Amino acid sequence: MNGFEPKIVAFTCNWCSYAAADLAGTSRIHYPSNVRIIRVMCSGMIDPIYVLRAFEAGFDGVLLAGCHIGDCHYISGNMRAEERTAKLRRLLHTLGLEDERLKLEWISAAEGGGFAETIKEYVGQLKQLGPSPLRKEATA
Amino acid sequence: MAEGKNDVKIGVYVCHCGSNIAGTVDVEELTAFAQELGSVAVARNYKFMCSEPGQALIKQDIEELGLNRVVVAACSPRMHEPTFRRVCEQGGLNPYQLHICNIREQCSWVHKDGATEKAKALVSAAVSRAYYLEPLESREVPVAPAVLVVGGGIAGIQAALKVADAGRKVYLVEREPSIGGHMTQIDKTFPTLDCSACILTPRMAAVKAHPNIELMTYSEVVGVQGYVGNFRATIRRKPRYVDESLCTGCGICQEKCPWKAESEFDCGLGQRKAIYTPFPQAVPNVPVIDPEHCVYFLRDGKCGACLKFCERGAIDFNQTEKMVDVEVGAIIVATGYDLMDPSEIGRLGYSRFPNVITSLEFERLCNATGPTGGHIVVNGQEPKSVAIIHCVGSRDRKYHEYCSRVCCMYALKFAHLIKEKIEGASVYQFYIDMRCYGKGFEEFYQREAGEGVTFIRGKPSQVTDFAMSEEEQGKLVVVCENTLVGRTLRVPVDMVILCPAMEARADARDVARLFNLTQSADGFLQERHAKLEPVATANDGMFVVGCAQGPKDIPDTVAQALAGAAETLALIDRGSVELQAATATVDETLCQGCGRCEEICVFHAPTLSSDGRLIPVSSINEALCKGCGVCAVACPTGAISIRHFTRQQILAELEALSGVPV
Repeated sequence: MNGFEPKIVAFTCNWCSYAAADLAGTSRIHYPSNVRIIRVMCSGMIDPIYVLRAFEAGFDGVLLAGCHIGDCHYISGNMRAEERTAKLRRLLHTLGLEDERLKLEWISAAEGGGFAETIKEYVGQLKQLGPSPLRKEATA
Repeated sequence: MAEGKNDVKIGVYVCHCGSNIAGTVDVEELTAFAQELGSVAVARNYKFMCSEPGQALIKQDIEELGLNRVVVAACSPRMHEPTFRRVCEQGGLNPYQLHICNIREQCSWVHKDGATEKAKALVSAAVSRAYYLEPLESREVPVAPAVLVVGGGIAGIQAALKVADAGRKVYLVEREPSIGGHMTQIDKTFPTLDCSACILTPRMAAVKAHPNIELMTYSEVVGVQGYVGNFRATIRRKPRYVDESLCTGCGICQEKCPWKAESEFDCGLGQRKAIYTPFPQAVPNVPVIDPEHCVYFLRDGKCGACLKFCERGAIDFNQTEKMVDVEVGAIIVATGYDLMDPSEIGRLGYSRFPNVITSLEFERLCNATGPTGGHIVVNGQEPKSVAIIHCVGSRDRKYHEYCSRVCCMYALKFAHLIKEKIEGASVYQFYIDMRCYGKGFEEFYQREAGEGVTFIRGKPSQVTDFAMSEEEQGKLVVVCENTLVGRTLRVPVDMVILCPAMEARADARDVARLFNLTQSADGFLQERHAKLEPVATANDGMFVVGCAQGPKDIPDTVAQALAGAAETLALIDRGSVELQAATATVDETLCQGCGRCEEICVFHAPTLSSDGRLIPVSSINEALCKGCGVCAVACPTGAISIRHFTRQQILAELEALSGVPV
């Protein structure tokens, strides 16, 4: 699996995790460029369709990130995200995708370093795991 | 009229941000890449897109090329989205037909390798999303004309007074029994040497007397909901066990109370009663009962001396905590700082030797209202020689890299006060650099330097009671290399004053989470922009002032407090704020009237109504909808979508991201 660079999409909520990614930037904390961020207003806005489509489109990992439980800007959107992620995992399992490919993290706006750390760890994890079986070019 | 596929004209604007972006991302290559993307009519790059000429470029293209979508690849949308929305509007384009592509905070600043490739992926995604953007109308909502000030130190006091003077309602919340903060503990203030209490206590009294200020001491903010202009804060009012409306502050209860505890106000150098006001000038002048030391609480109703002697019947052992909700348009966070505990640095002997004290303890010793009545006494004796050690935990990579900014100056003040109070005393300043940068500071330094104080440049390695000569017997010895002469000195003294770092509050993280603020690497709360937005925060409508934001002296704290007041007044006096137009909307042809949206929404925005139909349909109350999107995901038929964050828009962004390799 030499030279395999996992492709990650992160759905981050505007108030906490997207701000944390910004803070990593303003603090100049480097992390691997494998991740692409899509900003949503709340983790409760992330439709399971997005996750399924991301895997279909060949992403090796999907990160859903929101505010810590209790800190949601919309009170409980992150709790909805948590419930949906649990259900999604079961579905992904039946598709032959490993649990680790879908990651849910709570990252507050103050945790710029935490965001960078999460990405570093996740890239490492996915490198171990190898390309997603749903990747079109991954059959080789 | 529906827009045809060929009618979409997107302009892409790549910002260099000086070298912030262009130093890492190849902006020419990125622009050329963008030019080739579908529906892109023009792609340009410019040194500073947010500057006047950069803005003019966009406006001109909208007008001349008939652009109907704009993508700006620059800093975070949290930074300049409002700026570029305004630009679009001025150019005649609906402000929601703009998409910001974050290639600075989330690309050029965090990656060395692959930054250009990632920027391409992001721009490609932004263009794809922009294709599906729709014009939206924003809503205005009224602002709650009140301000919440959290923290009643000098920062909170000044901010509250200024807002209240402008005729606005202020809720001032302080967790201690009295307002005043650290400044009340200080004796004299540099460089003018005016007495701290003399300048502060009139302000404290003014707070209490102000008709526009509702003061809540012994209280903490425990919850904050809402958004700019319309926050609802929940405040926990801890039980004082004394009825504020009945107490006259006569003090008989404190006189008669037989139980004592260490006084927090005097840094443990003196004692207070179990029923106490922290200091005689406390505002409000209403005591609290400390149930941890009160025998009534400890031994089931024994004692009750205060109850017996209080003529007003103000003592109420049955008081319980109360929750109060307030509605405010803006919040000023002025939660202050903690002084570092120097026992962390064992070699300096704090907490091992009673005559090694902190700067704040010295303030209490020196203060006429302090435990010794202002006499500088340790171990029952007046010290004849004193060492003052600067930068204890500050400018030290092991503890705090930053400079605490006030220690040089108060150390000079201490030397002056010691010289004034103890005849013939010798004072040694152990410093790294003397930083006397403020107005009147250098003059003060020059004056003090002429008073016969010894300055030793170096960081003491230890404070010990191990005597190596006759002269050192019974003394504390400060061991230090004088870096100007390159020799190690042993200086025997009677007292050592440490100048510990000013730290972020131990619970700064909780405060940051409560108010949804960010912290900088040093733990202090972070301002939105170090230079131009020194008191605004990443959270609209919330401001941070004083030492909560970083170490600073009283003049700087007051300046920030007044800036905070001006910011909140500017917000409140506008009367209304514009809200995001990104709310939920229902496609009635898809809605089956199942009511799942009504069930799941915590803001009660969707409601079902039949209105003569066979099956009911959902409709969204836009005034209540916050646009979180929880209902859209829950909707089993996909009838609900969130404007500006539609499935189509997000999936388009996702598809495009997957198309560019990592």
